[in-house]
Amino acid sequence: MSKLNHKDLGLTDQQALDMYTYMLLARKLDERFWLLNRAGKIPFVISCQGQEAAQVGAAFALDKNLDYVAPYYRDLGVVLVFGQTPTEVMMSAFAKPGDPNSHGRQMPGHFGGKKNRILTGSSPVTTQFPHAVGVALAAKMRREKTVTYTSTGEGSSNQGDFHEACNFAAVHKLPVIFCVENNGYAISVPLDKQLGNHNTADRALGYGFPGYSIDGNDVLEVYKYFKEAADRARNGEGPTLIEARTYRLTPHSSDDDDRSYRAREEVEAAKKKDPLITFAEYLRNAGVLTAEVEQELTDRVMREVNEGTDAAEKAPFYEPEDVLTHVYEER
Amino acid sequence: MAIKSYIEAVTEALAEEMERDSSIFILGEDVGVRGGVFRATAGLIEKFGEERVMDSPLSESAIVGVTIGAAMVGMRPVAEIQFADFIFPAYNQIVSEAARIRYRTKSDWTVPLTIRAPYGGGVHGALYHSQSIEALFHHVPGIKIVMPSTPYDVKGLLKASIRDNDPVLFLEHKRCYRLIKGEVPEGDYTIEIGKADVKREGDDVTVITYGLMVHYALEAAETLAKEGISTHILDLRSIKPIDREAILEATRKTGKVLIVHEDGKFGGVGGEIAAIIAEEALFDLDAPIQRLAGPDVPAMPYSPPQEKFYMLNPTKIADAIRDLAKF
Repeated sequence: MSKLNHKDLGLTDQQALDMYTYMLLARKLDERFWLLNRAGKIPFVISCQGQEAAQVGAAFALDKNLDYVAPYYRDLGVVLVFGQTPTEVMMSAFAKPGDPNSHGRQMPGHFGGKKNRILTGSSPVTTQFPHAVGVALAAKMRREKTVTYTSTGEGSSNQGDFHEACNFAAVHKLPVIFCVENNGYAISVPLDKQLGNHNTADRALGYGFPGYSIDGNDVLEVYKYFKEAADRARNGEGPTLIEARTYRLTPHSSDDDDRSYRAREEVEAAKKKDPLITFAEYLRNAGVLTAEVEQELTDRVMREVNEGTDAAEKAPFYEPEDVLTHVYEER
Repeated sequence: MAIKSYIEAVTEALAEEMERDSSIFILGEDVGVRGGVFRATAGLIEKFGEERVMDSPLSESAIVGVTIGAAMVGMRPVAEIQFADFIFPAYNQIVSEAARIRYRTKSDWTVPLTIRAPYGGGVHGALYHSQSIEALFHHVPGIKIVMPSTPYDVKGLLKASIRDNDPVLFLEHKRCYRLIKGEVPEGDYTIEIGKADVKREGDDVTVITYGLMVHYALEAAETLAKEGISTHILDLRSIKPIDREAILEATRKTGKVLIVHEDGKFGGVGGEIAAIIAEEALFDLDAPIQRLAGPDVPAMPYSPPQEKFYMLNPTKIADAIRDLAKF
């Protein structure tokens, strides 16, 4: 449970409750994806489960009317805070019109949408890092107060684009926050085989900007560090690298079987530190999450998940010939 | 009309566009104070400042990736890759990102980005300062590839590329930079991307080509004219989109087609041109389609006689035209 107090961070009870609600919404949507996948209704799932605190805490520290996010594929919590609705998320899961990410063209988790200030992502990992830096460069050139957030996994942090983006941002002191959601596994490969130094935030020293490795399961700690990083960026003090240490509670994707590479005991132990459980406990102790409130918001979340699922299931697909459109500008 | 070199046309187009539109900026290695290793951006930092003529760290993937990001939020960047040979660290950013961002968002996000890169040999550049790279991008939907041959075309097409709302790979033949001079009108004009240009009218043999080879073909045609062979030369100017109508029209003009490119033959752009002709104009042909291209070895040795062996020249092209004329 968090050692921090939300009020000390300038968060109201309602804001703390909203954070929890977004975490719960992300979790419940994700759980629904798996049911739909195992029922043969959607082809693919890639999960946020276990990482909701890192995502929601970071997104809450940003200004969704001013900032941009270039999230990686697990960042469901980020895009929900930035305004994607449960129905839109389900449209993406079903590859139907109304999918704001890609209009059914990409697998779920490849987020995007200009109206929500979410850059578009692809599957080759960490390509979004230089994009985020470019958005930050544009903001600096136009003297805008915009901050750009981008994230990746610890495995993906080994890509060249990670280094090229960090160094470029450092040279020009750009308003960008680099986030590594370190969940311990790159599909099947653990930290021992992925990183010579398990602390990816240490790299920031080499680039010449601050880096912090923080408890990614503590939404308040995440909020605190991202808020500071956003303030620094807005004040022209340049980038920050934040490693949020967390754990991936599900297999890599619906096509993976994690029993082949990690012990059940390890997963069970991680579930005891599930950020949804620990933050709920914090909020109960703080007198914010009463039984009544919990019931009300759980009902609301489940209603939204159900409505989104129904709408997406009933929606028609795009016409097959639609595949031929939008390769180049259509005049 | 002023006579300008090919590279002066590059600089002039950049300067005029930057004057016109403050969202345009240049990012590349040594483009700032040095004005580019070829001097294509000479004088621009003095005019527009270091924020709009920005020296990049040695990071090609960042040069392209960062300009993609800026382009997505309303800037109109011109990225320079110092030599086309060094574009491969950015291949993923170009192929997986720039070329697909419009498609994967149904035009919600777009990438109005021009990537300039000097390519081609004949400059003692050896294996890594001489390559033609167009075939490695030609297959990729979502990008345009412009390869001008004259200063006039450079200026009009570079302006059109910068104003285009899709990513354009603008490939400049580095041997042309100072070798090729021509008339360039003062002030603003653009040339539509995807339109080929007949550089010489003729009746016996059609040469379809682009870049430096246009000039070698024109030289060959002069020689052959004295022998009574009349050569029709089509300069593609852009290879993606490719001007199918112009290719077919030029084919029908003579019934004999020689496709010429400096890049290696196997899997080269010439194969696609030949296929277009074979599919749509087979019965207009009086001879098999011929391709004259670089040998299928890595381009190209530093050793001068070996570089000369690798490169096409007006004599080799004249020989190939002569053979085809006799067929």
